[in-house]
Amino acid sequence: MPDMPANGVPTTLTQGLRTRGGIGESTLRPDGTLKVTGEFAYSSDMWHEDMLWGHILRSTVAHAEIVSIDTGEALATAGVYAVMTYDDLPTDVKNYGLEIQDTPVLAHGKVRHHGEPVAVVAADHPETARRAAARIRVEYRELPVITDELSALAPDAVLVHENRDDHHIGHVPHPNIVHRQPIVRGDVAAARERADVIVEGEYTFGMQDQAFLGPESGLAVPEEDGGVHLYIATQWLHSDLRQIAPVLGLPEDKVRMTLAGVGGAFGGREDLSMQIHACLLALRTGKPVKIVYDRFESFFGHVHRHPAKLFYEHGATADGRLTHVRCRIVLDGGAYASASPAVVGNASSLGVGPYAVDDVDIEAIALYTNNPPCGAMRGFGAVQACFAYEAQMDRLAARLGMDPVELRQVNAMEQGTLMPTGQPVDSPAPVAELLRRVKAMPMPPERQWESSEGADVRQLPGGLSNTTHGEGVVRGVGYAVGIKNVGFSEGFDDYSTARVRMEVAGGEPVVTVHTAMAEVGQGGVTVHAQIARTELGVGRVTIHPADTRVGSAGSTSASRQTYVTGGAVRNACELVRERVLELGRRRFGSYHPAWATAELLLEGGKVVTDGGEVLADLVDVLGDEAVEVEAEWRHRPTEPFDPRTGQGNGHVQYSFAAHRAVVEVDTELGLVKVIELACAQDVGKALNPLSVIGQIQGGSTQGLGVAVMEEIVVDPRTAKVRNPSFTDYLIPTILDTPTMPVDLLELADTHAPYGLRGVGEAPTLSSTPAVLSAIRDATGLPLTKTPIRPEHLTTGAP
Amino acid sequence: MDFLRPANWEEALAAKAEHPAAVPIAGGTDVMVEINFDHRRPGHLMDLNRIAELGEWEVGEDSVRLGASVPYARIMERLRAELPGLALASHTVASPQIRNRGGVGGNLGTASPAGDAHPALLAAGAEVEAESVRGTRRIPIDAFYTGVKRNALAPDELIRAVHIKKAAGPQQFSKVGTRNAMVIAVCAFGLALHPDTRTVRTGIGSAAPTPVRALAAEEFLTAALEEGGFWDNGKIITPSLAKRFADLCAGACNPIDDVRGTAEYRRHAVGVMARRTLTWTWESYRDARRPTEGAA
Repeated sequence: MPDMPANGVPTTLTQGLRTRGGIGESTLRPDGTLKVTGEFAYSSDMWHEDMLWGHILRSTVAHAEIVSIDTGEALATAGVYAVMTYDDLPTDVKNYGLEIQDTPVLAHGKVRHHGEPVAVVAADHPETARRAAARIRVEYRELPVITDELSALAPDAVLVHENRDDHHIGHVPHPNIVHRQPIVRGDVAAARERADVIVEGEYTFGMQDQAFLGPESGLAVPEEDGGVHLYIATQWLHSDLRQIAPVLGLPEDKVRMTLAGVGGAFGGREDLSMQIHACLLALRTGKPVKIVYDRFESFFGHVHRHPAKLFYEHGATADGRLTHVRCRIVLDGGAYASASPAVVGNASSLGVGPYAVDDVDIEAIALYTNNPPCGAMRGFGAVQACFAYEAQMDRLAARLGMDPVELRQVNAMEQGTLMPTGQPVDSPAPVAELLRRVKAMPMPPERQWESSEGADVRQLPGGLSNTTHGEGVVRGVGYAVGIKNVGFSEGFDDYSTARVRMEVAGGEPVVTVHTAMAEVGQGGVTVHAQIARTELGVGRVTIHPADTRVGSAGSTSASRQTYVTGGAVRNACELVRERVLELGRRRFGSYHPAWATAELLLEGGKVVTDGGEVLADLVDVLGDEAVEVEAEWRHRPTEPFDPRTGQGNGHVQYSFAAHRAVVEVDTELGLVKVIELACAQDVGKALNPLSVIGQIQGGSTQGLGVAVMEEIVVDPRTAKVRNPSFTDYLIPTILDTPTMPVDLLELADTHAPYGLRGVGEAPTLSSTPAVLSAIRDATGLPLTKTPIRPEHLTTGAP
Repeated sequence: MDFLRPANWEEALAAKAEHPAAVPIAGGTDVMVEINFDHRRPGHLMDLNRIAELGEWEVGEDSVRLGASVPYARIMERLRAELPGLALASHTVASPQIRNRGGVGGNLGTASPAGDAHPALLAAGAEVEAESVRGTRRIPIDAFYTGVKRNALAPDELIRAVHIKKAAGPQQFSKVGTRNAMVIAVCAFGLALHPDTRTVRTGIGSAAPTPVRALAAEEFLTAALEEGGFWDNGKIITPSLAKRFADLCAGACNPIDDVRGTAEYRRHAVGVMARRTLTWTWESYRDARRPTEGAA
């Protein structure tokens, strides 16, 4: 075994007599103290005796034919154990991908984006590996770069991928389009005739990075049976496994995977990064190989949020009722498909937002370009659409002379409303109520810098940079609301697996929960223990480290883990409970008639009747026996969207959040301080209220980031990334993070475990348009691009 | 790479004479970033951390002799009265952790136009104490910045200290970044009023290949204040005078478009900061002149 940190787990939480720490309580994270004190072991902290360090050589150009690769000098470097290129791949499987296997493990004949992996090196020191990689000579013959819709669809456009054979190629109008999803309902032409006002808009959404703080890293250890054990920070162990094993030429049971400490993910770890490279080098050298990206490489090592161009037309009658919505959403998928098809599905199906509109004409496409590959990120296609449709709702309100919140409430969907896909919303959809709540919150006091205490520059735009003491500062207020699907959609078999074991240890009953769920910070390790305590009445619950020795848990994404793996844990607990009660009946059934007649519960380590009578201690029921169940659990099935009309029951559940942003803008310098970002969200049931609020505040902050600062800047002439560092890719600091009051609504979705609703993404949607709306309110500028930059507010521009 | 660890200043000078390409390192907040990114591979790194005197300062009659390695955090906490402009600039440097390590010597050694200390040093008036085995000299701050990331040091010289004029009047520092903390300057502006000599001085960061003073603006304002008797009568500075000063400061910029901002925006922002800092400093000056009534 490597010197593997325990990843904060297994963790045992000892509870009191009445099975405290069940669902609905704000139990604390088992890894929380470790993380805030710097003691938590992340994947980059792993170490193994005799291990080598891997390093990846990446392309310096965005689009080129590879004329030659000379690894001679690199191989001759002292301390280098292996250098591998495409020619060294061991099997016929040389590509991987989440849905479309279009991504080469190592470039073959061509590179399609800046920073694409070309060769890998293993050496006895990370610096040696880096130096040796720099000695690999790659000769490129540059090709023209495809960077936008115009260049992608030009008649003479170079194809980013020739010979496509994926299942989308049949319905896309051009091979440089990954996927296209139209959604058409009603009669837009007729509805347009009824409109008293029509507003149009064109919007631009910049490329956001997940910016997780723990860069990509992992350790591959060769095993005696010819297999490999990979310790890895990922979002979905089994999805990685499915992609890794064929490239290595190993059966899946010879590729063992254990989750290492994950330092954030936000979608950026859904695709593979260094997994296959580390395994290849470990198998080639027979030694453990560790790869850790630095921040610079991390910007090239994972997909980003799709930048987008969005064209919208909204019509309404004079009383504010929407007549129709037309929109066209062009997402830039970059060089490889990644999650683009599913992002298109979300952007289109959620493209009009949480509003009731009968007549819609929506089209979303994702392009293949030579820009950095884009894929999953928190909010997943719904974010870009929300930014645009909420800007449109403000425009429409202004045109109608209506209050923007009222306009939204007039058109708010509710339970029973049909989505543009024709799918009825069959659980609570309190859109108008969320807006009412967020509007009703008290406003932060105005012009505090004029109070007797004087100006605290930290409360003003520019902060400690001391740019204003109140001069030029104007307040603005903006509202937005959004809709996000929960779980995997469009007919995907979205299941999870849980193994739950109950036994007696140290004289008391203990429960072990084993899943392959990736804990990426969302709090699954907290919630699973809470579910087990509630279902099994046992205080001591251990969360087993996540690995592939248990069935798939599905991805930690799409706001789905509490719903789906939480559902699987509850389901397995129920099966364990039945078995325990059977055991009890066998052993003690003759002592008390209630064993046969009453509804029995497990509570406080005992078997009790629903009337509260204690029948037996679990310690006695179990004796030396352990009860263990592993079972899969599924949510309701979904259907694909029709490729021509987009109709279909494609989604499992929706989640809704509304924001009110209060900003202060230094209108002369174009600097923004978000003073307050209030959120109201329906969470169905807050299994852990503290974690839920944390998710909402984190998601809101990530949305704020892409409103005012976060953008990967790609040079349109070269398709090269201009700011791959935290010096120039800025994320909010605590001084940029406002007060965030949160109002939780808990309206149960009866289809979901405990009535819960996925929480993590919805707040990321509406926070961006709320902040933009507030800045528009302060400046009077149209601001059709996010993120805004100071010069947009002062010297003109979008 | 060889790592030199001189035990005292004389050893450091000798080592620098022997290895003129050696890169001195104190807080490491600049040098280590360059090394980590592999942008720089010096043959020798010279650690100055054993030389305690570099972390000390002396407050003299007219000036402060600031050791090259005095961390920004100390300047903020201990020299706010004597060096108010530099103290404000220090507070905008990166994060608390970096401010505990980095010092003005590093800013000068790197001589990046974006270094936060430069506008404050230019505005206050300063001299860099450079020393080699050949001897000591004092380089006026105006002559120190010679090009993008280039300075007037000879290859065998080290920065021992900076002599900064003690504030005789109000000073201000403003910096525009696209985040409210921990941000590199898009552009920055320093202003110091010198009532003792009835002059004003300025410093502009990140808006030209080197940190620069807005000399025409200084001359204009110095003359206008003198002619109008402002220093004596304490009149309010008129908007038109402030605007002319701001325009001249903007005109002193020679900025570029880059990933952090446009040239046009930088010019504009320097003008706004010039106007505001002039108002703040002049209001302070007027407040200080006002007889304190009923003060305890």
